[in-house]
Amino acid sequence: MTFKSKLLNEDEVRRALTRIAHEVIEKNKGTDNLCFVGIHTRGISLAKRLVDLVEKFEGKRVPMGILDITLYRDDLTEIGLQPRVRETRIPFDLNGKAVVLVDDVLYTGRTARAALDALIDQGRPNRIYLAVLVDRGHRELPIRADFVGKNLPTSKNEVVKVKTQEDDGEDAVELWEMEES
Amino acid sequence: MSESAVPGFPKHLLDFRDWSRSQIESLLETAQMMQEVLARPVKKVPALTGFTVATVFFEPSTRTRISFELAARRMSADVVSFAGAVSSTSKGETYRDTLRTLDQMGIDAYILRTDAAGVPHQAHGWLKKPVINAGDGWRAHPTQALLDAFTLRERLGSLEGKKIAIVGDILHSRVARSNAELLPMLGARVVACGPATLLPAQLPGATLTTSLKEALQEADAVMALRLQKERMDKGLLPSLPEYIAAYQITQERLGWARPEAPLLHPGPMNRDVELEGTLADSPRSLVERQVANGQAVRMAVLYHVLVGKRN
Repeated sequence: MTFKSKLLNEDEVRRALTRIAHEVIEKNKGTDNLCFVGIHTRGISLAKRLVDLVEKFEGKRVPMGILDITLYRDDLTEIGLQPRVRETRIPFDLNGKAVVLVDDVLYTGRTARAALDALIDQGRPNRIYLAVLVDRGHRELPIRADFVGKNLPTSKNEVVKVKTQEDDGEDAVELWEMEES
Repeated sequence: MSESAVPGFPKHLLDFRDWSRSQIESLLETAQMMQEVLARPVKKVPALTGFTVATVFFEPSTRTRISFELAARRMSADVVSFAGAVSSTSKGETYRDTLRTLDQMGIDAYILRTDAAGVPHQAHGWLKKPVINAGDGWRAHPTQALLDAFTLRERLGSLEGKKIAIVGDILHSRVARSNAELLPMLGARVVACGPATLLPAQLPGATLTTSLKEALQEADAVMALRLQKERMDKGLLPSLPEYIAAYQITQERLGWARPEAPLLHPGPMNRDVELEGTLADSPRSLVERQVANGQAVRMAVLYHVLVGKRN
């Protein structure tokens, strides 16, 4: 894979997350019943930031969970590799909540589909929103995000890499290109 | 959906010969994640939708079969079960015919229990799909050893350098053999103990002793095995009271082990034979935990044996 360009730098990532946090509070009319659920791996780091930002703006810490969608993938009968099953932990009752699902990149929509199933298996939220740092297009399912950091038209042989301080040592969004096969 | 993938696992689980330490550790890690599924109000995930698993038991077993079947169902696999005794005259033929018949019906994995050792090893030559050994004769019972290892790690943390004592009828025990194979892979030292008539000449992975005190001394955990009463008929044990006098795990004898050393038993238990009185119900006993963990471990085994290996 070859590096093409940096799409968002640290400041731009911070501003995008700040805006999303404000939009979430506005849409939810405050923090009542609000909670965040981050999807492995970078969605978890982003969800933590959003929880911190909401607390900073509204003075209230809302609950957060983490979600692994491996057991909900639609390609487990086909793939050649075994994805690692990672931790799912939702330490609060989802019933009646307004859940903001957080992922780094929205692409085909299959991760979001799996995450919805995984979430609904654990309770009946009043409302589920989807927040992503980057929407890169090429949806294969009728799924859209409610909160988007940045819309980035991409081609299918490009890869959007979201980096976070927690996982990669820096905050950035990068565009890479896959080698011709 | 690209994320970390674990490297390929062996196609079958017959014993641990083809498994590496890191594969075992990944599997136990997956089992940990499966416990979260089992703690939910709705204990079901769609991971194995579209797979069909057959439990084929040529030797009666309720606990292991139910544990496997629940594990498969909780992961949304379809399950069929075959249970049958085999006449001793035509065993080889019957095992093969039965399995080949099932093979024509689109089974994706076989969970196989036989009274004769080595049948699961032969079976994987007869079948196109993965075979999970659910116990073959005295030879191996790998998922029991995995759930024992999982339960021990849950209580003790790492097994590195830990001394595990296995007490009872070692000679006829596939549980002892599989634990002696697995636990040292995870860093533990296994000491197997029983009367001389119930000890094999050797047990790879373990040291043998007839002295219960020597086995329990400084042990980090104690595993008692079921004593099959029919052994007495064969003259291997003079009498039950004699066994109890020398080898029953009692509150007092447990004092030889490390304080807090937990107590395991693969079940079913003969109360007041292998373990004294209410020891099995004491806080040191992990017997019920073993049963609960068995399901999570078997879900993990099915996941690793089936996913990514349809063809």
